[in-house]
Amino acid sequence: MRVSSHSRNLVPQAISNSADSEKRSEGSVELEHVSCRFGSFRAIEDLSLTIRAGEFFSILGPSGCGKTTILRMISGFIDPSAGTIRIGGEDVRGKRANQRPTSLIFQNLALFPLMRVWENVAFGLEMRRVPRSIRRKRAEELLALVDLVGAEEKMVSQLSGGQRQRVAIARALAVEPSVMLLDEPLSALDLKLRQHMRAELRSIQKRTGVTFIYITHDQSEALAMSDRVAVMNKGRMLQVAPPHEIYHNPSSGFVAKFVGETNVIEGKLVRIADGFGTVESPLGQHRARVSHNVQGESVALYVRPEHVDVSRQRQGDNAIEARLQDVSFEGSFALVKAVTAHGHVFLVATDNKDLQRLPSNTENVYLHFDEQQAFLLQSDREQCIT
Amino acid sequence: MLIILPNIALIESSFRPYLPLNEIDGPRDSYTLANYQRFLSTPVGFDIFGMSIDVPIHLRIFITTVLYSILVTAIILIIGYPAAYYMTKTISPSNMALFFIVLTVPMWVSEILRSFAWFTILSFKGPLNALLIEMGVIDSEIRWIRGYNGIVIGLVYTYMLFMVFPLYSSMQSLDKNQIEAAQDLGASWWRTHWRVIVPHCKPGIVSGCVMVFMLSAGSLLVPSLLGSPNSLWFTQTIQQLMLEALDWNTGAAYSLLFLLLCTFVVAGMMWAFKVKLSNITN
Amino acid sequence: MFRNSQIRLGHLYLALFLLYLLLPLGVMGGASLNDSRFPTVYPWMGLTDKWFIALWNDARMWGALRNSVIVAIGVVLLAVPVGTAAAFVISSMSGTARTILYGALIAPVLAPGAVIGISTLLFWAKLSVPPGLHLSVLGQVSYIASLVMLLVLARLRSLDASLEEAAIDLGASHAQVLRYIVFPHLAPALTASAAVAFFQSMENFNITLFTRGTSSSDTLTVYVFSMVRGGVTPSINALALIIVSVTLLVTTAFALLRQSSRLP
Repeated sequence: MRVSSHSRNLVPQAISNSADSEKRSEGSVELEHVSCRFGSFRAIEDLSLTIRAGEFFSILGPSGCGKTTILRMISGFIDPSAGTIRIGGEDVRGKRANQRPTSLIFQNLALFPLMRVWENVAFGLEMRRVPRSIRRKRAEELLALVDLVGAEEKMVSQLSGGQRQRVAIARALAVEPSVMLLDEPLSALDLKLRQHMRAELRSIQKRTGVTFIYITHDQSEALAMSDRVAVMNKGRMLQVAPPHEIYHNPSSGFVAKFVGETNVIEGKLVRIADGFGTVESPLGQHRARVSHNVQGESVALYVRPEHVDVSRQRQGDNAIEARLQDVSFEGSFALVKAVTAHGHVFLVATDNKDLQRLPSNTENVYLHFDEQQAFLLQSDREQCIT
Repeated sequence: MLIILPNIALIESSFRPYLPLNEIDGPRDSYTLANYQRFLSTPVGFDIFGMSIDVPIHLRIFITTVLYSILVTAIILIIGYPAAYYMTKTISPSNMALFFIVLTVPMWVSEILRSFAWFTILSFKGPLNALLIEMGVIDSEIRWIRGYNGIVIGLVYTYMLFMVFPLYSSMQSLDKNQIEAAQDLGASWWRTHWRVIVPHCKPGIVSGCVMVFMLSAGSLLVPSLLGSPNSLWFTQTIQQLMLEALDWNTGAAYSLLFLLLCTFVVAGMMWAFKVKLSNITN
Repeated sequence: MFRNSQIRLGHLYLALFLLYLLLPLGVMGGASLNDSRFPTVYPWMGLTDKWFIALWNDARMWGALRNSVIVAIGVVLLAVPVGTAAAFVISSMSGTARTILYGALIAPVLAPGAVIGISTLLFWAKLSVPPGLHLSVLGQVSYIASLVMLLVLARLRSLDASLEEAAIDLGASHAQVLRYIVFPHLAPALTASAAVAFFQSMENFNITLFTRGTSSSDTLTVYVFSMVRGGVTPSINALALIIVSVTLLVTTAFALLRQSSRLP
């Protein structure tokens, strides 16, 4: 996990001022006790979620966790087996996809290959019987918005991956949706372009004030772009919070492990005092923050690699004796692998400047972490907080 | 091997062009254009779109054959399109294999039996009449095989699958996200079809139409079995010339005309819809 | 993406479509078992086998069947090698020449059978070859070979060119490449095209009608045709039922065989 990517989101950004209050209420999405079953398979179980108007909201989870199902229920391609979906406060039950104020951007974009770029963009307007000259003008405006001036007459096949991405965005925006639904649209791009498009998407969202619901399995994408992130697994919502909260204060072991790298110490809870708990494990006693409810005495302590320091001398309580094994150079930082006498592996992220000063792998070292930056959670039990 | 292959190719390619060449030789060598003139002789009254004009009888047969073949093609397209569409959309892949076997049964049964089946059903003392009388729908037997009715019914049945298969394979290659994207952007179902599915399936539609048109126009069995005394198909005229009048030269002239017509139709459709020859036969 | 009502509508339409395709065949076959003077299934007059017996005693039918089989075998023997060779040639070519040759080779598939029949008849008449079953074979080959070519070509296209190169790289001669790489790959297509050629030949009518010559050389299809035109008795339905059953058995067996061996 790169440190820079979460610091940007420490302060949740204000909702776009271009969006008037009416638009804001239109763009809210509420799911109430929604379930979705396919035969005996339960894709979504009793899920409730509120997405505010004008928000960049990401749903993050491993593949098959049900996030695409949520998107398709909101867009109207699947009906929930139970529960209510409201868009802009209005129950959309029975409304088909072509009657809902949503626009979906598909994973493979689903641009129409037999139409020109501007015809693609104006397709939604054509379906609304907007006269051709107005369609054309609107398409040009939208293509300007996504920085594609002059591509109107091209065929989709003549465009590069990033350009297609922009056409898809323009096409979805053309129908002036209250809610944009994005199904991992960046996954087909290479890394460089992906990072560029992240910023682009974010800025388009801010400019238009449309609610974006973004689905991804890439945690860095979710953390980088979103106002709030929902982490899902096996059809359930595990945590809904701003990115920094998700990263620094996950509510469960699954969230902690899925969002960024983390080190785990499983052990027994000895005591809790002043919001800090002490864990006893074969590695010794260690203290960490307790911000989520912990029941029972079987707990796990989590600490991010960038919050672990290496030194030759033992300093303070939160220390673990280990031996350095491997260094992998990651560019702006380096990941150091350390192994304890019990075979427990720890990851330490270090600044490149410190790389030269690392002890050699023959001597024993001590790993330290601040009790403020480590957190205690119930062991391996994933709770549903919603 | 490198020597044998071109040799076979030489035999192959030299063998085939002979056939059309020979047709040109046939009528021209000894009889000049007299045979073609015959095509334009014997004018009879001909009602077309309410207008009555004098048209040579063979030309009239020729034109009716073309018109009815187009009608057959249109009917098949109208019935076959939804069938192909629902096949792609509502049948799960695991059931598709079985569905295909069942579907292809009529195709393996020969053409003559397919039209004979309808001959049985539609015949004067056949099951359809008997059933309808029993049900009280009609009082006495209806002569179903009148005018071009029988031919159209028979041709539609016989060549249905030649439309469904190209349609199905072209529809199958359409990304279903395209359909969803269109719906998501507000397209009603028929606009989704018109703007997205039909343009994508154009090669399939054109090749299906070409196949059905050619087969219908060139069919000899169906018109002979299901035709009535006052329905005449152009192939029947050719057959009469060849086997009954034994006028091989006129027959050859007519079949060349017929071949030209078919080529013209195929080329015209391919040109109009910008489809390549290789797309059609696949 | 499909709602239940649409799926139900789709299934209903497909069920009707299948019924439309299959019911006529059932009616036709069923009529042969009905003890009625006319080929019909309704009203049902009781089960009979007399039309089958009548058929069994029909000497012309047996002659026609023999002719059909002879022609079909001849067609398979000629069309498969010729079509395969054509496929090889086409696949080794490129550019305009390929397009032209391809067009010329598949033209017989689209051309009306009657025209092919007549042109075959005229061509061989010029060379003083009288019409007869041998001409039927030649006429049929000219379009069935094109079908074979299409089948083989499709299969040939799926052959990875690097396989051939790998074999040559490992020291195989061109003949060995053909023997060990290309033909095993083509085998399913060759079997399929032999079957297609056989069936196509058996049911061919247009070409045969013009090229067969005298009426003593009927094929089964031509014989059925003349019987239907002459005066219908349910014994034609009996023959139809037998042919339908045989075709069904063979195709189902073929389909199962293909499924079980997982050939494309």
